[in-house]
Amino acid sequence: MTAPARQFLDQARLMAGDLPRRQRIQEAVGKHRTARANSQSGFQDWPAARQAAAETKWEAINHLDRYLEEFVRRLEARGVKVHWAGTGAQAQDIIVGIAREKKARRLIKSKSMTSEEIHLNDALERAGFEVVESDLGEFIVQLRHEPPYHIVMPAMHLTRGDIGELFARKLGTRPTDVPEELVKIARRVMRGEYLAADIGITGANFAIAETGMISITENEGNARLTAALPKVMISLLGIEKILPRLEDLALFLPMLATAGTGQPLSCYNTMYGGPRQPGEPDGPEEFHVVLLDNGRTELLADAEQREALQCIRCGACLYACPVFRSIGGHTYATTYSGPIGSVITPHMRGLQDWKHLSAASSLCGACAETCPVKIDLHHHLLRNRRNGAKEKPDVLEQLAYRLFAFLVNRPGWYRWSKKIARAVQPAHGVVKGTPLDPAQAWTRTRELPPVARQTFKEWWRRRR
Amino acid sequence: MVEATPVNDRENMLTRVRAALRVPAPAPARRNAEQGAAGASAVVGPTARRQAPGSESMRRWLPKAGGTFEERLDLFRAKAAQFKADFHLLDTPAELNSRIAALREAEGWKRIASHRGELTTAACRAAGLPVLHTDSVYDVNELEACDAGITECDALIAQTGSVLVTGRSAGGRALSVLPPHHVVIAKREQLLPDLPAAFELLKQKYAPEYPSFISFITGPSRTGDIERILVLGVHGPKKLTILCV
Repeated sequence: MTAPARQFLDQARLMAGDLPRRQRIQEAVGKHRTARANSQSGFQDWPAARQAAAETKWEAINHLDRYLEEFVRRLEARGVKVHWAGTGAQAQDIIVGIAREKKARRLIKSKSMTSEEIHLNDALERAGFEVVESDLGEFIVQLRHEPPYHIVMPAMHLTRGDIGELFARKLGTRPTDVPEELVKIARRVMRGEYLAADIGITGANFAIAETGMISITENEGNARLTAALPKVMISLLGIEKILPRLEDLALFLPMLATAGTGQPLSCYNTMYGGPRQPGEPDGPEEFHVVLLDNGRTELLADAEQREALQCIRCGACLYACPVFRSIGGHTYATTYSGPIGSVITPHMRGLQDWKHLSAASSLCGACAETCPVKIDLHHHLLRNRRNGAKEKPDVLEQLAYRLFAFLVNRPGWYRWSKKIARAVQPAHGVVKGTPLDPAQAWTRTRELPPVARQTFKEWWRRRR
Repeated sequence: MVEATPVNDRENMLTRVRAALRVPAPAPARRNAEQGAAGASAVVGPTARRQAPGSESMRRWLPKAGGTFEERLDLFRAKAAQFKADFHLLDTPAELNSRIAALREAEGWKRIASHRGELTTAACRAAGLPVLHTDSVYDVNELEACDAGITECDALIAQTGSVLVTGRSAGGRALSVLPPHHVVIAKREQLLPDLPAAFELLKQKYAPEYPSFISFITGPSRTGDIERILVLGVHGPKKLTILCV
């Protein structure tokens, strides 16, 4: 068993036993479910909208070269500097390079899972820069030196009491567990940061090829301030964020909000198409867009699983997943957790090290059903399992299947094997689930049905 | 000056993308049921021709917007209330003065920020306070100290209760987000039915020279990051008031 798999199992056992935490997650999931159902029912035809969204993203991903070129051409025409980063390390270097060049000291960031993916904060801090997360949830987990728990709700595992205690310890504020007071504290701290920051870093939800714009969806206004006040703006985005046309947003903005947070529309949906243009009073003097590959072209090359790149990172499959709800976000030890994380992480970080995530699923299909762009998530988990076994077969498992195939192809042997199994099964009970049991991994938590005392054939023969 | 990455990096990535796409992937399967024909569920097949969804088809899927002005107005009013924005349809131009004066008194405004426009100028006159204008370069610390930001907009969207602003129509990027109260002054004819209509308007009005900043604002700034409890006024405005003349 690989180290990540071992760690996953240990952590999962721990988390699944933490009932108060599971209770909190269930409550958050319950609230999301109600809000989403409410918002989705406002659509006249959600299935058709979902089909159109899937087709639009399919079109974008399957003509990615064309749309990327168009996107970049439009951006460059308006004075945006576009950078192409093949790996996370390259993206880090590009952004650290810009920060050095601009002699920046402080950077402010709005929420970006892509920056989590490349560990941007670590790289900037190593290079001597101060980085502050401005999204409230991200700010909270940054103070705790933790990665986000959920891609849309980074601090969903914490109570208001936890957060009040954290603020008191780290920011020296009076302990409180009133959400309004906690938000006020964060607002006050952050205002100073916006005004002092030399560079603002954002992610993006969509990249519009037709008009050369990025689109950012948020509720707090932190991304808007990050894109308005500092003199330099950097947006980091994966190449899969592309949408062909501006009007596609009329569909995607309400669908992202509905699936992601259960809102009909998020508070701010903002499109940025360049640095401050002539005749505009404010905005950054420089706008850099960093396009990130980091394994995405490898997933793209797998025609069978390519559609996983259609993901719009709404996080709905996480809420829907019974495994996520039991073991929580941190157990995955990946940037993207839940079903979509289990599907794409093996492509980005190595199949053998991360295939265990694809086994941590009941294959119930709730993820695929909830996905607004119709990614067939649970079947991709099966494909990962198949690819993992094909690439590096498990000798014991292979032996077991060969033996089974041998027996069921030979009626005489098969008849005898059942008689033997019937006689031997009680003896198996002695070692079942212990390290002496060759099938321990399976039998430790499961019951094997008893071999029937009489086979159908025996019964039939006697009946006649 | 940090230069954009050399041509090589760009070509390398595009080459990888093109190589990856050499094997075609099947398009998403279509089910008759999902095209509206009740009951049937036969897969139409991956080769069916796919057209970009236009405004008309989106209007059949998205939440209903209402056909007449009155219906849209009612919808906008309901949606604005749902998102905790204050919406008032004003009967006379004089009512703008009294509304603004009432807000000034209620919140004790000392200084406001705005941009030059027919509606905003009238509103600022009604406020009778010192005004920071953000039409040209301004001091962001001064804007931060203002009690309210008064802007015009490009459109109101009934379907979602949103205000559409751009860097050109609403005094730049910060005016509508930095002060604690954002007051929007709109005209009745700016009320649009839905999001597809809003994108049509943006195209007509600005293409190809779009403003560098375009935003759909739906209610005041909010968060649910603490136990999914709604709190207004995180980083942006705590209040959003929409006055329609």
